[in-house]
Amino acid sequence: MAKVTMTVNGKEHSGEAEGRTLLVDFIRGELGLTGTHVGCDTSQCGACVVHVNGESVKSCSVFAQACDGATVATIEGMQNDDGTLGVLQAAFQEHHGLQCGFCTPGMVMSASELLKVNASPTEEEIREGLKGNICRCTGYHNIVKAVQSAAATMAGAAQAAE
Amino acid sequence: MPKDGGIGASVVRREDTRFLKGKGRYTDDMNRPGQTYAYILRSSLAHATLNNIDTAAASAAPGVIRVFTGADITAAELGGVPCGWQITDKHGEPMKEPAHPILAVGKVRHVGDPIAVVVAETYDEARDAAELIDIDMTDLAAVVDMRTAETSGNQVHEEAPDNVCYDWELGDKEGTDAAFANAHHVTTLEFINNRLVANPMEPRCAIGEYDENDDNYTLYTTSQNPHVIRLLMGAFVLSIPEHKLRVYAPDVGGGFGSKIYHYAEEAFVTWASKEIRRPIKWTADRSEAFISDAHGRDHVTKAELALDAEGKFLGLRADTYANMGAYLSTFAPCVPTWLHATLLAGQYTTPMVHARVRAMFTNTVPVDAYRGAGRPEATYLLERIINKAAQEMGLDQAEIRRRNFIRTFPYDTPVALQYDTGDYDATLNAVMETADYAGFEARRAESASRGKLRGIGLSCYIEACGIAPSALVGALGARAGLYEAATIRVNPTGSVSVMTGAHSHGQGHETTFAQVVSDALGIPADQIDIIHGDTDKIPFGMGTYGSRSLAVGGSAIVKAVDKVVAKGKKIAAHLLEAAESDIIFEDGQYKVAGTDKAKAFAEVSLAAYVPHNYPIDEIEPGLEETAFYDPKNFTYPAGSYLCEVEVDPETGKVEIVAMTASDDFGNIVNPMIVEGQVHGGLAQGIGQALLENCAYDEHGQLVSGSFMDYAMPLAVDLPNFVVETVEGTPCTHNPLGVKGCGEAGAIGSPPALINAVVDAIKGYGIDHIDMPATPLNVWTAIQNASAKQAAE
Repeated sequence: MAKVTMTVNGKEHSGEAEGRTLLVDFIRGELGLTGTHVGCDTSQCGACVVHVNGESVKSCSVFAQACDGATVATIEGMQNDDGTLGVLQAAFQEHHGLQCGFCTPGMVMSASELLKVNASPTEEEIREGLKGNICRCTGYHNIVKAVQSAAATMAGAAQAAE
Repeated sequence: MPKDGGIGASVVRREDTRFLKGKGRYTDDMNRPGQTYAYILRSSLAHATLNNIDTAAASAAPGVIRVFTGADITAAELGGVPCGWQITDKHGEPMKEPAHPILAVGKVRHVGDPIAVVVAETYDEARDAAELIDIDMTDLAAVVDMRTAETSGNQVHEEAPDNVCYDWELGDKEGTDAAFANAHHVTTLEFINNRLVANPMEPRCAIGEYDENDDNYTLYTTSQNPHVIRLLMGAFVLSIPEHKLRVYAPDVGGGFGSKIYHYAEEAFVTWASKEIRRPIKWTADRSEAFISDAHGRDHVTKAELALDAEGKFLGLRADTYANMGAYLSTFAPCVPTWLHATLLAGQYTTPMVHARVRAMFTNTVPVDAYRGAGRPEATYLLERIINKAAQEMGLDQAEIRRRNFIRTFPYDTPVALQYDTGDYDATLNAVMETADYAGFEARRAESASRGKLRGIGLSCYIEACGIAPSALVGALGARAGLYEAATIRVNPTGSVSVMTGAHSHGQGHETTFAQVVSDALGIPADQIDIIHGDTDKIPFGMGTYGSRSLAVGGSAIVKAVDKVVAKGKKIAAHLLEAAESDIIFEDGQYKVAGTDKAKAFAEVSLAAYVPHNYPIDEIEPGLEETAFYDPKNFTYPAGSYLCEVEVDPETGKVEIVAMTASDDFGNIVNPMIVEGQVHGGLAQGIGQALLENCAYDEHGQLVSGSFMDYAMPLAVDLPNFVVETVEGTPCTHNPLGVKGCGEAGAIGSPPALINAVVDAIKGYGIDHIDMPATPLNVWTAIQNASAKQAAE
């Protein structure tokens, strides 16, 4: 057991973790942030994607101790300060990009990273960018639409700001 | 035009907000005070005798509270996992129904069969300790291939000689034989319907909690039907009466059938929580899900279609082997029989149909309903053999179907169903126009100029949904009724709580059911809450599967609303000093017909709870009504799907160029959600046809036991879909005129896709390819056919 400290969604958290404790189990169990999900045990499904030091990471594939001192963002930190849905989240709702909701947190975190790297992705680039996240409900059609829509909204907002 | 937020409006889903914020409440998100963790040690062998289980070292390991084996289950005299449907075979004998103990006793019968459970303070401690359990087993030859199960000489269960669960038939055998004797042409097709794993993204989870103060049990579980679990587990496994047992299924992360069934883990954690007097949580990891969730499909069929010279169908024969796996899962026996053979008339007037189904035990995971459940298998059978017949007779694939469409309703099929309504030309015309069927040959030529083989495939499906009239299914062997229940609780100030027995695990009931109630009561949807999933809050329910939620659960809600309005009219008549027969209810107002006198819904509600001025001699205070709705018939959604593919003959890779779905779902409450349901079904159907295959080796080892080996469709594997619904033929026997949309995509798409692939490669003389049409399978078929052509 070792004490692990990380800044999660802007707040510092500390907890105990064994050497073998995965980041996802630390986030869910020790920090009680259950929005990050576990959908597989072979790091295919992407339900556990979070951002570690600004980059998207499958939190089932890193140890909690390896993230000591890191800055972590999870789905719980994606909404606006007033509690309303962020642009990407709102686009998922508007375009019915989720059904059971289980893959959704990972999907949103991956899509957020995708749009940071590529502000106006093509449909093909979105599909390629999300191939590390499995959704069993939607067939991805509406997820792709949601990400396209969010990209357009963000571009419009950026243009207006200029 | 739909009213704002009412029936017909694409209202965005209210449940999304919590899911998008990471605030969903899934079972594994919950933790109970004093909770312990269970790790289940499962068999690594498909078939073996259990000689000895030494748990001494595990019991002494750090954190371990107790280790349980089959001996504990036997000593406690617990029942086995029950089966909910009894098939009567063709000799009038009941199916073979061997015991299914919660933990293996004496023998293990599939990889994944639970042998022991370690309960410890933490999950890691439980798993570590399980490694210390020493099991002495004698390996037995496994029965894996259902085609040779009868003659293999090995027995999965002593009670089932030759591994036959039942040998069943439906339809007029002599009449069908006569139709074949008079046929101009007979088409034969032998094929498999590949075994699949449902794989909802949320693995199963169960928490059992015993409260000794009240002698009550609570089971938190990932279920599509908590009341059914309470009934099966309470009455048949643990002998806990309903009033002492609460089953709560909160947010559930997808089901697709695999979370209908009562599983051994649910019974174990519930029972053992009393044994150790602490809550016990068990959560499957994905590898465990692959060997413990019920699988789907897995048929091997020989089908024959008799036609006259004009391509009219005269008769259909089907001989199917259906894999039951090692034990009978809850609804397994009815899937290849009453949910499969009854659909073999399809959209067609085929006068004679005969089906034989042999259900086989094998040393594999139990097989049960998966999205569509029998109906995808029936549709695939029919729509594939029709295309093969068209190919053999030189008929266009759309034309041969048109020559056989049913056009008068109600229509009695030769396989026990009565279709109430439908318009199959409408969906076929729509899909052909939308997908530009007429322009296909030009596109084929363009593809050919690039060295690609283009094909187009049609499929016209029908399904029986809205499951089901209780008396009918009772006669067919169901051990339960299949009605649905709802309570409408009008609160004193006029807001409404709706308790429904349907369960939402992705379908969006919290939104659509509120639309239905908003429309009926004329109050805003935000005044309406939908409550589901908790046996303590809901009168009763049979849950969500078989595209039944709106058709059956929605109808129960409408019936309960009608009762509320009827009582409201009595109250309003009193308040307005009018005759009850003069009161009309519209737009949220009780009005005296022909006058401007009216009382708002909320005013009448308040009067019911503050009955100062109230017809107290005539009616009780309060405004809460419960209704049970038992359907009069199944509903029959139907549609036409066209798939266009390009095959690369060098690699065998199939690319879907277009997938177009045209459906008749009757009336539609929320078009956005309906489209989403079709998208999801298409993805699973395409997955079956192109990617997914649950494979066992000859020793019964699961070869495709993780997402590394089992090809789940990814975003890059799927196209954009074109989904349309026609101006439908509303269901004639339920109050909303709805038919159900949850399974259509998974039913209609696999044959459309395979028909397209075969159309693309028919130039090699190929007339069939089994699912999944992976690059290897397609390439191999092309190579073999080319070699054969060269030799000729």
